[in-house]
Amino acid sequence: MSHALLTGTRRFDSGELMKSLATQLLKSLTDSVRDLLPIIGVIGFFQLLVLGQPIPNLLELLWGTFLVVLGLTLFVQGLKLGLFPIGETMAWDFAAKGSLLWLLLFAFALGFGTTVAEPALIAVAEEAAEVAAVGGMIENTESAREDYGEGLRYTVALSVGLAIVLGVLRILRGWPIQYLIVGGYIGVVIMTAVAPKEIIGIAYDSGGVTTSTITVPLVTALGVGLASSIEGRNPMIDGFGLIAFASLTPMIFVMGYGMIL
Amino acid sequence: MTEYLASLGSSFVTTIDDVLPIIGILAGFQVLVLRRRIPNFKGVLLGVFLVLLGLAFFLEGLERALFPLGKLMAEQLTAPEFLGLTGAEVNIAEHWQDYVWVYLFAFAIGFSTTIAEPSLIAVAIKAHQVSAGAIRPWGLRIAVAIGAAVGISLGTHRIVTGTPLHYYIITGYVLVLIQTWFAPRSIIALAYDSGGVTTSTVTVPLVAALGLGLSSNIPGRNPLLDGFGLIAFTCLFPMMSVMGYAQLSEWNAKRASRTEPEPPGD
Repeated sequence: MSHALLTGTRRFDSGELMKSLATQLLKSLTDSVRDLLPIIGVIGFFQLLVLGQPIPNLLELLWGTFLVVLGLTLFVQGLKLGLFPIGETMAWDFAAKGSLLWLLLFAFALGFGTTVAEPALIAVAEEAAEVAAVGGMIENTESAREDYGEGLRYTVALSVGLAIVLGVLRILRGWPIQYLIVGGYIGVVIMTAVAPKEIIGIAYDSGGVTTSTITVPLVTALGVGLASSIEGRNPMIDGFGLIAFASLTPMIFVMGYGMIL
Repeated sequence: MTEYLASLGSSFVTTIDDVLPIIGILAGFQVLVLRRRIPNFKGVLLGVFLVLLGLAFFLEGLERALFPLGKLMAEQLTAPEFLGLTGAEVNIAEHWQDYVWVYLFAFAIGFSTTIAEPSLIAVAIKAHQVSAGAIRPWGLRIAVAIGAAVGISLGTHRIVTGTPLHYYIITGYVLVLIQTWFAPRSIIALAYDSGGVTTSTVTVPLVAALGLGLSSNIPGRNPLLDGFGLIAFTCLFPMMSVMGYAQLSEWNAKRASRTEPEPPGD
């Protein structure tokens, strides 16, 4: 870690550098502790006072909490040093290159590629296959369930890819986000009316599970970078919103998937 | 000790495995299409390594400590004995007050997991940078967390009463649209984004356990059908709370500028 901080703070002499490194790390660590205190408080309160039970395996709990704090600290440092610069640099480079086709292709690949292997989505797809099998929508055999789950996964990934493409187009053209979101909501309402009842809960949830911890910073930096690199766009008004599309389109597509099968 | 380290190691490998497609896409486009040098390339590489390492530690710690306990608590709080369900329940919908601990737990766990959500931290940092400090990261995160907390407790209430999911969600959409009309324009996109970023690594497993516990223990609910939907609630309400937070800040600023003779420096 010292190396990265060195490149960032080259102008300091070594004594000052050590001091700034130590204070930065310490601040980052206390931030992480503060971020986790609510969970620890909630779990402690409910376990000890409401349920009236002891904390099982205290050593494991302490080790786990230590790892979570350390992990969050490293993640936030790496975010500023790695993921944000990548997303923004690539956005500027695409803008400089000026090829709309490549940019949209990149947007699709980023949306599709980060979603298709997302562990939370794989878990939801498996549960959904079970619902479909029990509800009699597909045969209750392992291969039928696997096919269904895989089809659902690709459907969601496709919809997220298209969502990022649409979101990038919106940034380039400067379309107001609320009109597109209203359109999406109307789509969700229409699909809800016509889709099989069993799929609705899964479809609504699939919007939320697609955006992972790595995707969010990358996509956010891409959007903000694009909006800042194009004249006439405001990064605050136009730069955000990519995640919103990625949470909306899977709902429509998954209900569509439920109707086709 | 060695067992702990081995498990940490395998967690790191899993994380790399999950992230490999993303790295492949980024590297592919960088090398084949853009062909430009990334400034401070070594620093960026180190940053990516830190993200992977941090995420591996984070996930391993969650699996070790918070998830087992959180899921166990969700099960215990929704167990028939704790809820006082004797099996002779006539009408659950009339006894929804009995579930007050469940609602409180849903609210508290929703708030606290959202505060710890790394993707929300990322978006809050970015929003702070982009808005030149106007949006405070901590304020945004608390607004989102309150929204998520309200959403999850309302979602558990829906499971208890068995009302159709889409009634709530469509009403929520209408409210979001009405609020969009009145909210400051610069917050709208960020508010819409905050719905999706809430539900990630920390929140989803615990919320799913809560939904599963409730829907399998309350008579007349089917875990396969009614267990879903909590994530959708968690996505919806932060949009409202973030727009509300912006409206409140704007209102405060207006009031402050009215008492002072100076014109607002907009």
